Amino acid sequence: MGRILPGLIVGLIFGAGLALSDMVNPARVLAFLDLAGAWDPTLMFVMGAAILPAAIAQLIRRRLRSPLLEDRFSVPESRRLDRELMLGAALFGIGWGLVGFCPGPASAGLVLGAWQPWVFVAAMLAGMSVHSFALSRITR
Amino acid sequence: MEPLTPFSAIAGGLLIGSAAALFLLLTGRIAGISGMTAIASGVGSGGTPRSQAAAFLLGLPIGSAIVALFVRQPEIDVTSSLPLLIIAGLLVGFGTRLGNGCTSGHGVCGVARLSPRSIAATAMFMASAVATVFLARHVIGG
Repeated sequence: MGRILPGLIVGLIFGAGLALSDMVNPARVLAFLDLAGAWDPTLMFVMGAAILPAAIAQLIRRRLRSPLLEDRFSVPESRRLDRELMLGAALFGIGWGLVGFCPGPASAGLVLGAWQPWVFVAAMLAGMSVHSFALSRITR
Repeated sequence: MEPLTPFSAIAGGLLIGSAAALFLLLTGRIAGISGMTAIASGVGSGGTPRSQAAAFLLGLPIGSAIVALFVRQPEIDVTSSLPLLIIAGLLVGFGTRLGNGCTSGHGVCGVARLSPRSIAATAMFMASAVATVFLARHVIGG
């Protein structure tokens, strides 16, 4: 319970934010990405507003020796820009631009009455499996 | 599609960012949804314990359902065909694993902590998404 409850509550706040800001609606996301169409700035406001508390947390973190519920902070420290990072981000962007779903909004949208998030999330899990299978083949 | 009030956009964004902030200060970890999806589904492993990742993911639809019931009912307008949804899902799943993150882990958490990897990844997926929409809507579909 010690780890489940914080996970659930934080996920709930995150999901509420995605629904309130309409990021669960792919049409809203695509309208932001469509610079040559009827451009909708919503995503820019959402992301800007989201970065603010996340950045404040970074400042608070520097004054803490450990997080409140665990022994230490485990944040990725790598600064290296490699081919995997850039290729992965490029492929993710293509998928995102094709329909307007990314992982969080698609998951939060599962219960809003549309069937499309279910198909997308299932395909996303399949895509993740393909990656881990390919990785196990390469590194073996 | 009705324009969204800036209040809803900013309030929603603040909730998303506060969740990421809470997750960092409570657990010491990045609130990255693609990573937690991989951990919860058993496809990947990482710092977040599986039970916590699963609980976080369960919280996402509960939070959106609460907003839909009590605040505003968001629409989900999807015009994409079934094959396109599948292709997009495969690309997002594979790409976020290869690139170690998505809009939450890189776009919000990573940019907020000024991680060079996350800033580069965010610039890349934004650019490729914008290019994809341009091609789909104004070149191929135009």
